[in-house]
Amino acid sequence: MRRPPRRARQPRDGAGAAKGRGVSTVAPAVAVVRAPRSTSFWAIAGRRFLRHRLAVAGLVALAVVGGLAVFAPLLAPHGPTTIDPAQFQAPPSGTHPLGTDSVGRDVLSRLLYAGRVSLTVGLLAVAIYVVLGTVIGALAGYHGGAVDTVLSRLTDVVLSFPPLIIILFAVSIFGRPSLANIIIVLGALGWPVVGRLVRGQFLALRGLEFVQAARATGGSDARVVAHHLLPNAMAPVLVAATFGTANAILTEASLSFLGLGVQPPTPSWGNMLTDAQSLTVLERMPWLWVPPGIMILIAVLAINFVGDGLRDALDPSLRL
Amino acid sequence: MARYLVRRLLITVPVLLGVTAMSYLIISLTPGDPVQALIDPSMSAADVQIKRHALGLDQPIYVRYVKWLGEMAHGNLGYSFSSGAPVAGRITERIEPTLTLTFSALVLSYLVAVPAGVLAATRRYTWIDYGATLLAFLGISLPTFFLGLIGIYVFALRLRWLPTGGTTTLGGGGFLDGVSHLILPAAVLAAAGAGALTRYVRSSMLEVLGQEFVRTARAKGLGEGVVLRRHALRNALLPVVTLAGLQVPALLAGAVITEQIFEWPGMGRLTIEAINQRDYPVLMGITLAAAVLVIVGNLLADVTYSLVDPRIRYD
Repeated sequence: MRRPPRRARQPRDGAGAAKGRGVSTVAPAVAVVRAPRSTSFWAIAGRRFLRHRLAVAGLVALAVVGGLAVFAPLLAPHGPTTIDPAQFQAPPSGTHPLGTDSVGRDVLSRLLYAGRVSLTVGLLAVAIYVVLGTVIGALAGYHGGAVDTVLSRLTDVVLSFPPLIIILFAVSIFGRPSLANIIIVLGALGWPVVGRLVRGQFLALRGLEFVQAARATGGSDARVVAHHLLPNAMAPVLVAATFGTANAILTEASLSFLGLGVQPPTPSWGNMLTDAQSLTVLERMPWLWVPPGIMILIAVLAINFVGDGLRDALDPSLRL
Repeated sequence: MARYLVRRLLITVPVLLGVTAMSYLIISLTPGDPVQALIDPSMSAADVQIKRHALGLDQPIYVRYVKWLGEMAHGNLGYSFSSGAPVAGRITERIEPTLTLTFSALVLSYLVAVPAGVLAATRRYTWIDYGATLLAFLGISLPTFFLGLIGIYVFALRLRWLPTGGTTTLGGGGFLDGVSHLILPAAVLAAAGAGALTRYVRSSMLEVLGQEFVRTARAKGLGEGVVLRRHALRNALLPVVTLAGLQVPALLAGAVITEQIFEWPGMGRLTIEAINQRDYPVLMGITLAAAVLVIVGNLLADVTYSLVDPRIRYD
């Protein structure tokens, strides 16, 4: 949370300054005093990030959640879809530390495997829309004019649909909901935020001297975009992608909770809570719905903390 | 000012057209032929062709789109697959509960977020600030359905203070009964927005507190309370109030979940019903209605912002 106080720009040396980071503010003077440390943009950002206690805590929590998901096959006491015919909705016990669900599957094992689903959806969907948004935003921002007008209106159109409603609409129309469908729909509809950011960055950077210099020395469009514009536009995109991952995980969980996302027997944190819509399950069997809810909360909270830390570290003047 | 308003209104026209075109495109990608649902097996292939022609389905998609747009301009949103009732009617009867719910949630989120954000900003880097920040992040990160289930578990099932769902008690009624049914869903729906708003109020307040007119006010000897109320708060809250219009998409999305959990008979619940019955005309009507609400919200936000802050000029 601790934002470095804004200071007047100080002259810098080293790689960061040479690249012409006109947009970012300078690290507090402390970083300069301890002499031999790197003053590149990413080194400064890294140090700023590490001072953000919540962000570091988030990163650690995220590593734990990710580790549990990756090593699920080693950690899970049972298979995620293995049915124990003697145990339906059994409370926690020695063999089933978090009890069993309505079909007799081990809740702990499903919880670990579900992490793989949720994190995969979050990462893949965001990867898709970061690429889409970057291409669309770059086209609009670099060309300007009619291209910009058309793409900006398209962005407005997509942003006019409330997220969950348009996603439900699309998922229900494209046949049976499945993991792949959800990733595609989330990816296809999530790009406007990134598109706007990249467009704005391109518009701002386009007029700066180092870009004009690159052009004047004979740099082609492709070279200017790839070497000068994109690298400088990526910091806010990284922040947006981080918050976007948290949102994608929440959306997938909501869809799956409603029965319109990941379908059982494949476990997802969201669909593990579906049964709790029944008041009997809600009241009598908290082991069925509390653990997956907590896992979603931890994962999303951790990612949001990391995103907040990244935002403060990369560009304190940026607001999302 | 008038010029800005006209320009801003004109921009919404292509966006509205785009919204209808995109909805129509998605709906026309629906697998399966709508005629199949209407014919009976005894009809011959030629009869099916006649039927297709009568319904205009043999025409190219853009012709059908323009025709459909014309119908919509007359208030005809089509007919529900499941009940045959006009879609427009089904949506209008469900829109009121949703507006009640979302508006209450919006008011509630401001009632929580403004004091929390101001306290966090004025007591920066104290435990109050950290506490408010942590709560704000919890609000943003808690899935609506999980918070809803916790709310029902604690306040309805364990403490028995509030009902588990619905809008009225059977055979009961009255204003207080209605309010008791509204509290839990509105609070659950408000949580995410309150979290985001708290963060926004805090940073808006910090920005204003760092400005020179605040220093001037302090320098001329005004008490801290007066400085906060008269000088800082007013300026910090202006942009925050105009944000209300931008909450519409999140509120509507949240309403789908909240209404489902609390059996609230609004548009969100209608969405789920329409999906489960594959009732595409209704689904399309809801999507359009929601998009129009979002566009109106954006418009309100921009217009109020330009009204309260004369420095804003989009040229």
